[in-house]
Amino acid sequence: MRAMNFGKATALALTVVWAAGCSTTNTTDTDTMGGGATTAPTTTTQPVTDSSMSGTSMADVKNLATIFYFDFDQTQVKPEAAAALRGHAKYLVANPSASVVLEGHADERGTREYNMALGERRAQAIARVLTVNGVSSSQIELVSYGEEKPVVMGHNPSSWAQNRRVELKY
Amino acid sequence: MQRSFICLFLCFFSLFARAELTVEITQGVDEPTPIAVVPFAWSGNQALPDDIAKVVGDDLYRSGMFKVMPRENMLSFPSDRSSLYFRDWRISGSDFIVIGRISESEGQLNVAFELYDILKEERILGEDIKANRDNLRAVGHYISDKVFEALTGVRGAFSTRIVYVTAKQLAPSKHRYRLMLADSDGHNPRTILESKEPILSPAWSQDASKLAYVSFESGRPAIYIQYLATGKREKVQSFRGLNGAPAWSPDGKKLALVLSKDGNPEVYVLDLQQRRLTRITHHFGIDTEPSWSPDGQSLIFTSDRGGQPQIYSIYLPTRDVTRLTFEGQYNARGRLTQDGRFLAMVHQNNGSFHIAVQDLRTGRVDLLTETFMDESPTIAPNGSIILYATQEGVRGVLAAVSLDGRVKFRLPSSDGDVREPAWSPFR
Repeated sequence: MRAMNFGKATALALTVVWAAGCSTTNTTDTDTMGGGATTAPTTTTQPVTDSSMSGTSMADVKNLATIFYFDFDQTQVKPEAAAALRGHAKYLVANPSASVVLEGHADERGTREYNMALGERRAQAIARVLTVNGVSSSQIELVSYGEEKPVVMGHNPSSWAQNRRVELKY
Repeated sequence: MQRSFICLFLCFFSLFARAELTVEITQGVDEPTPIAVVPFAWSGNQALPDDIAKVVGDDLYRSGMFKVMPRENMLSFPSDRSSLYFRDWRISGSDFIVIGRISESEGQLNVAFELYDILKEERILGEDIKANRDNLRAVGHYISDKVFEALTGVRGAFSTRIVYVTAKQLAPSKHRYRLMLADSDGHNPRTILESKEPILSPAWSQDASKLAYVSFESGRPAIYIQYLATGKREKVQSFRGLNGAPAWSPDGKKLALVLSKDGNPEVYVLDLQQRRLTRITHHFGIDTEPSWSPDGQSLIFTSDRGGQPQIYSIYLPTRDVTRLTFEGQYNARGRLTQDGRFLAMVHQNNGSFHIAVQDLRTGRVDLLTETFMDESPTIAPNGSIILYATQEGVRGVLAAVSLDGRVKFRLPSSDGDVREPAWSPFR
């Protein structure tokens, strides 16, 4: 929820509504999803600190996480994604001609078109973190693939966790 | 159709069905009608490529409403009235019998069939059909339609077609997606579109001549219309963001679809003649998966405006929105039967996704399937069967269930992962 610190009142209100909606999803699922063994893989990067003067060249961005994971039927950006996203934002602010594509994905559960919408929501959530960190929205393109492009094929919580993601691509 | 579905029965029989994958029909609570379909006599020399009587027998069996007499139990193969001894067939337990004969003259085939009531010893119907060697399966489906309608009062849908999407991973990052067209029994599959990028949400026009679908072939989702006769196609919508879930209006003039060009997934209606786009829903939640009511006056759609995905209806003249589903925490992708009474949908129950049907008159919800990860329900145009996608191991396959849950079958699986079925309207 780090991203919400920057949000305008309206954006905040919307996010809260979404969060409220999400929090009422099937408890069986969320319980399963919340289990230690089934949580999404954590991002594998060194955090980039705001005070650092580096982070404005492609070389700095290369080491940042580019895949961000989400909970079932949820669109909130996880706190552990914040550092990497600030790093990407810093690069994009310093390089206004650079652009990113945010690809939103969902796991296989639920209907395909609904998941298409969910994937877009997730990409939008990531985009919001970038824009509140100063990135121009013209630098960001969103594409949702819904559940159509899983990275893992299994029908189990750990596969689903890896498939619920946004991929940031330069 | 009688809705004598009982959950306990369903659970029991679905276990039974899973144990024997070749079992196509689960036992119903009613007795299916016993019928014999005798091999059609053939007076020509060269063997025919297809066995019409087998096509008819398989169709009737798959409908779940008939018990078809095995050929090996038949004492004789009558092909006309003079060789048909009702008493013998009565003893063998059949109530009805289909007989027929195929002859050839000047390169053209003539298929004659007759349906008899064995108990009354009466001819119910019969017809001579011109045919050729290439369309014998179609002739079989035509006969099935006639027999089915004569005996059940419901129009047969065996001659209709289905489309579906197959996906196959060719290499770690190389996929092949195909939009396939097949007969309603899964035979005669042919590719009508192939792409390296996802294809989804195929939808039939009401006259069964065109399809609309979503293709990512350009790297972004776009909605296309494809003419089946010519293969000609056109891109009709490719805004920024989502372009999805096309659904043809009953009059064929409009396409309901989902766009997020205004920042949020909303349902729109595109007038195909005037190319005019009208926004239908206005809500910050997700609004998607529109489907028309049979009278074209309303759209049903999935929305998470209440916190979770549920199905709503919007009456187009006034834009009044009504929530239709209340049972369970996830109901999505609704499809209405042609009489508008039943709503088939994806229903989440205890964390798993199944096909359910809701009687909109009484509000009663029945869970129809017990297979795994069930989605994309599509209803046969006569309202008898719901075709849907499910998972078998790590493969997607198509399966079907009758609206009353009594009948289940699975379609012959083909190459790769099969999903997104859409059953054609009557032609």
